[in-house]
Amino acid sequence: MKFGVIVFPGSNCDHDCYYAAKDVMGQEAEFIWHKDTKLDGIDCLIVPGGFSYGDYLRAGAIARFAPIMEEVQKFAEKGKLVIGICNGFQILVEAGLLPGALQRNDNLHFICKNVQLKVENSKTSFSSACAPGQVLSIPIAHGQGNYFADDQTIAELKKNNQIVFRYCDEKGVVAKENNPNGSLEAIAGICNKKGNVLGMMPHPERAAEDVLGSSDGKFILQSIINTVTGKN
Amino acid sequence: MWKAQIDVSYKDGILEPQGVAIKDSLASLGFAGIEKVKVGKLIEIELSGNLTEDKAKEEVTAMCKKLLANVVMENFSFILKKVEK
Repeated sequence: MKFGVIVFPGSNCDHDCYYAAKDVMGQEAEFIWHKDTKLDGIDCLIVPGGFSYGDYLRAGAIARFAPIMEEVQKFAEKGKLVIGICNGFQILVEAGLLPGALQRNDNLHFICKNVQLKVENSKTSFSSACAPGQVLSIPIAHGQGNYFADDQTIAELKKNNQIVFRYCDEKGVVAKENNPNGSLEAIAGICNKKGNVLGMMPHPERAAEDVLGSSDGKFILQSIINTVTGKN
Repeated sequence: MWKAQIDVSYKDGILEPQGVAIKDSLASLGFAGIEKVKVGKLIEIELSGNLTEDKAKEEVTAMCKKLLANVVMENFSFILKKVEK
């Protein structure tokens, strides 16, 4: 299968995503410049982390109007897979591909550390290689990852099982002290209603090899590969 | 020329961590009686004087909705003034 990694001015996790997809997972991968508008042959798009357009105005606010984003919208409408990681998640919420918003962390710090994630829904295209309730060790690195949505949206996310990952401890306990940024419902990652667009603040590509301290990120990439190649 | 002064700030009820931090720090400097601090953005936009007032208002409103504010968590308001260049 083929991954497409979108590159904005200010993306800085694009090469890590490309490396994880191509060298670690052994799949085809291609960089896609934000001014390009062709997505031929791509099975899954990765909107990577970084500081697109310097995060001016709001994180993701300007990137969301890049020429490529209209194609991303169409790509998602066709039911193809799109995963936004960190700044990529921020761009997808700004673009309206995912509900809610990402606010400044409640302690105002930029947080860069390893966290534990509970797989709340292991039936999505992005988590099917995980066991239900599995705890993944994956790092976060963000200043604005505090997930916010109104009560109605949160209720809908819960009802449709769109909350895919939540912050937890090593045992999978979701509690206030394990929530690094103040996200409502300890949300670390959500998908759209159709289940083909996922946004997550943690960086699976930074946890794709044991030498990096964890290879749990591979579960997410493997889930995508299984979905595309029909191995689910 | 028209000049729009746009105020973008968090909606009430949304925890605004910057405001809370500033409130705490003002309190620690001895300023008493502060009940709330809210941090927002002020954006100034200059528009062509050839536009009618209604058109200018319409344009600025569209800009706010499309880009300048994230209406999920922010409100916006603006003042439009005619100014000499």
